[in-house]
Amino acid sequence: MATKIHTSSGWLYDQVFPHYEDWPIYKLARNQEEFVDLVKQESMKTVHDLTMSNPAKLEDELAKTLYLERVRMKQTPWKADKPDEKSFWSNIKRMMVRVDAENEERSAEEYEAIMKTIVDRYAWEIAGKFDYNAYSFAKEFVSIGFSWLLNASQGKGLSRLWSTKHNLHEKIKLEGEINQIRNLARKGTVVMVPTHFSNIDSILIGWAIQSIGLPPFVYGAGLNLFGIGILAYFMNRLGAYKVDRRKKNLPYLETLKTYSTLALTHGCNSLFFPGGTRSRSGALESRLKLGLLGTALEAQRRNFIHDPENAKRIYVVPVVFGYNFVLEAQGLIDEYLKRSGQEHYYRENDDYATPFKLGKFLLKFMTVSSEISISFGRAMDLFGNEVDENGRSIGKDGREVDIKKYFYSNGKIIEDRQRDAEYTIMLGDEIVKRFHEENIVFSSHLVAFVAFEIIKKRYKKLDIYGLLRLPEEDELITYEEFAKVIGKLKQVLIELKDAGKVKLHDNIENGDVGSIIEVGVKNLGVYHAKRPLFHDKQKNIIRSEDFNLLFYYHNRLEGYGLAKHV
Amino acid sequence: MDSQNTSENRPVGVIGAGKFGTAIANILAENRDVILFSRRPEVAGIIENTRENSSQKVHERVKPTSDLKYLSENCRLIFPIVASANFREMTKMLAPYLEPEHILIHGTKGLDVKLPEGKTLDGLTRINRGNISTMSEIILQETVVKRVGCLAGPNLAPELAAMQPAATVVASKFDEVREEGITALRSSRFQVYENHDITGVELAGVLKNIIALASGALRGLGYGENARALLISRGMVEMIYIGRMLGGDVRAFFGLAGIGDLIATCASDKSRNYTVGYRLAKGETLEEILGSMEEVAEGVNTVKVIYAFVRGAGFRSPLTETVYNCVHKDMTVKEGVEYLMNLPFNVDVDYL
Repeated sequence: MATKIHTSSGWLYDQVFPHYEDWPIYKLARNQEEFVDLVKQESMKTVHDLTMSNPAKLEDELAKTLYLERVRMKQTPWKADKPDEKSFWSNIKRMMVRVDAENEERSAEEYEAIMKTIVDRYAWEIAGKFDYNAYSFAKEFVSIGFSWLLNASQGKGLSRLWSTKHNLHEKIKLEGEINQIRNLARKGTVVMVPTHFSNIDSILIGWAIQSIGLPPFVYGAGLNLFGIGILAYFMNRLGAYKVDRRKKNLPYLETLKTYSTLALTHGCNSLFFPGGTRSRSGALESRLKLGLLGTALEAQRRNFIHDPENAKRIYVVPVVFGYNFVLEAQGLIDEYLKRSGQEHYYRENDDYATPFKLGKFLLKFMTVSSEISISFGRAMDLFGNEVDENGRSIGKDGREVDIKKYFYSNGKIIEDRQRDAEYTIMLGDEIVKRFHEENIVFSSHLVAFVAFEIIKKRYKKLDIYGLLRLPEEDELITYEEFAKVIGKLKQVLIELKDAGKVKLHDNIENGDVGSIIEVGVKNLGVYHAKRPLFHDKQKNIIRSEDFNLLFYYHNRLEGYGLAKHV
Repeated sequence: MDSQNTSENRPVGVIGAGKFGTAIANILAENRDVILFSRRPEVAGIIENTRENSSQKVHERVKPTSDLKYLSENCRLIFPIVASANFREMTKMLAPYLEPEHILIHGTKGLDVKLPEGKTLDGLTRINRGNISTMSEIILQETVVKRVGCLAGPNLAPELAAMQPAATVVASKFDEVREEGITALRSSRFQVYENHDITGVELAGVLKNIIALASGALRGLGYGENARALLISRGMVEMIYIGRMLGGDVRAFFGLAGIGDLIATCASDKSRNYTVGYRLAKGETLEEILGSMEEVAEGVNTVKVIYAFVRGAGFRSPLTETVYNCVHKDMTVKEGVEYLMNLPFNVDVDYL
C-alpha cells in the first residue's frame, strides 16, 4: 500500500498528502488571525460556563490569576517572557481596583471584560505558526545532520565525513503499525501519544513522523525552549504552540485547552507527551497528565455535533521509544530519589539552555553507537476500541461501535464535563496499558532488571534507599546465578509476548542466554562514565559501578509482574 | 432532584428475577415501568400469569420477559442482579445488544475469578488482583458500556418485599449514573445515598459476607451479643485492610454499604450467608446446606477468593482464614473460635 522510498537521507515512505497546501496545519497558519479569534471566543465561553458569570466567582478567579502571575514573574522569570509583562499585569490590577463590586450587574460585565483582556493575551502567546519553508529546511537539516553525525562517528579517516554508508534507518528502527497510521491519517485526525524518557524524544518523534510520510503534527512545546535563539526560530515556525508549565491559573489552562481542541477540530494531527515530563524513575508512565488528552475527547464531541453522521474521527496512537541508554539518566534518577514519595511535580530545568548544549547533546547521542527503536502501537478510538481499515470503531465482540452514543444522554449529544473527565481517565488507563504492550524489551533492559532484582531479593528487609547504599562488594552476582534467572525470565517474557502483553527484541526471542547477557551488558547505559553493569574478563562475576543507574534502567520493566519469577 | 437530564419516560430494566431482583423491580415500578428479565421463559410466564415471584407480589408496572434484546432496546437504564457465578456469562449474553449510551447499575455482591487453565481455587492456590474482577469490572471488560454503577447497602430482600423502610447506596464515578439511579429508585420508603467510590462500595458489600458467615456461626454455637460485637468490630478492621489492598477507599466501609450492611447481615436469619454459618455450627455439612438453599450464598465463594488473594499478597488475615477453614476445610466452628480467641491481637484501631 505505502510506497517505500530509499534515499541517503533516509525517507522510507512517501508523503500521504503530497501537496502541503492540503495540510490542515498549513491552512491553520494561513488563517492564523481568524483561528486565534476563535480560540479567544471559545475560551471565554468556557470561562463563562465555569464561573457561571457569577461576579464573586469571576473576581475570585481574577484575583487568583493576578496573584499567581505576580509570584511567577518574581520567582521564575524566563528569557522567553515578554518584556511588557509587568506593565500588563499592573494594568490588570488597576482595572480590578476600579470595579464597583456593589453593583452586581455592572461588576459582572466589567470582570468579564478584564477576563477577556487576559484571555486575549494568552491566546496570542500560546498560538503557533507554521512556515513551510522553515519546515522543509528543518526537515533536511535534521535528517542530513543526523546522517552526517552518524557516519562521521562510525568511519575512520577524513572520507568518513562524506560517507553515507550508514543509513539512519539502520540505527533508528521504526516498527509497528505504520501502514495503519498512514491509512487513518487520510480518514481522520491522529493524536500521537509517546512515552517520554529523554529530551531527544521531541526531535526523534518529529523525524519519525515525517519518515512515515505524515504531515507535521501540532504539538505543545515548553515556553522555555522559545528563549533559545535558533531553536526559537524554528519552533515558532513548525506548528508548535507554547505551553508554559508555570502558569496554572484558570484562564490560561482553559485557553491552552481550547487551542488544542480547536486545532483538532480543524483536522490538525496532534502530539501529546501524556506523561507531562520525562520519566524520572526510568519506568514507563503509569500516571498520565490528562488535561490535553481531554481536549481530544472534547474535539471528538464537537466533531459529532458538527456532523453527527460523518464526523471526522480522532484516533489515538501510542508510541514507545526504546533505547539502551538515556543521556540524562543520572540527573533524572537523582531527582526521582530525592523527591520520591513527596511531590509529583518537577520543575522543568533547562537542559537545553543554550544551542551549544543542545548540539553537544545531539552529538553525544549520535556518536554512541547504539540501536534505537520507535514502536508505533495499534491505533484506537478515544474509548479504547480497536479501529478497522475504514476507520470504524470495532468492539470486543466484533460489532461496530457507534461512539457518538458515548456522548448521548437521552438520545442527544450533550456536554457533560464530569462524564468526559471520567472517559479521559479511562483513556489514560488504556494508554498506560498500551505502553506496556508496545514496549520492545531489549537485552539491556532485561539484564538491568535481573541484576537489580537479584540484589533486592538478597536483602529483602532493605528499602530502596538502603539497597542503593549497599557497599560494592555486596552487589556481586555470579555469572551462573545471573544466567539462570535470565533464562527463566526469557521464558516468562516469551509467554507474555504470546499473550500480546509486551514486544521483544529479536535478540531476546532468538538469542541464547549467553548472547542476551553479552549484548545486554555491552549496550546497557553504554554512554555513562560509570557502567551500570559489567562483568570481569573471566565472566565469573557481574557487578555494577553505579547502582542508582542500574535501578533506573531496571525500572523500565516494572509493571509486568516479573519480579516474582526472580 | 434535577430530573431534566434523566430518562424519565423509558422503562427501566432488571436482569435476574431472584428475590433481590424482584424486590428492586417492585421498588422501581413505583416510579417507572419496569422490564424484568428471567433467563427461564417459564418463570417469565408464571410471573405474567400469577403476578407473583420468589414469594413476592409483582407490581403491575413490571413486565416480565426472557428476551434480552427486547429489554436492551427498550431500556437505557438496566440493573443486572444475578449471582456472581453467572454474572460474566450473563454479561456476555447481553453484550451484543448494548450500546454506548446504556447505563448499567448492578446489585450483585460477589467476585469473579479468572484462573490460568487447569488451576482451581483450592487452598494452595495464590492469586493476585489481576485474577479478580468486581462485577462492574466485568461489565467494562465484556461490553461497550462505560457508564457503570453499583447498588449496595442493608437491603435484605424479604424486608424490602414487606415494604419496610430501607436505604441503599448508588455508587458510580459518573454523576449522571448516580443521578439516574437515584431518580429511578427513590421513594418514600426507599432512601438512596450516593458515593463516588464504586470499587470501595462494591468491596464493602462483598467482604461483609465473610463476616456474616462467621456471625451466623457464633449464633449457631449459642453465643450472644458480646461475641457478635467483637466479631463485627474486628471483622471491620480486616475488611478495611483487604478492601484497601483490592483498591477501595477506606471511607466506603463506614457508610451504608459497609458498616450498615454489616450490621444488617450479621444479625439476621434472613441473610443467606448468616444462615449458612448458623447451620454449619449446628453440625450440617456445606453440601447439605447448599443443597437445600434456593439461592446462592455469595460468601461461600467470596471467602475462597479472598483467602487465595491474601495469601498471594503475602499477608495474613486471621478471620478470613478461619472462616475459610470452617466452611471449606474440616475445622469445626468451635475450633475456629478457640483459634481466634488465642491470637495475640493488641491494637484496637490502626487504620484511620
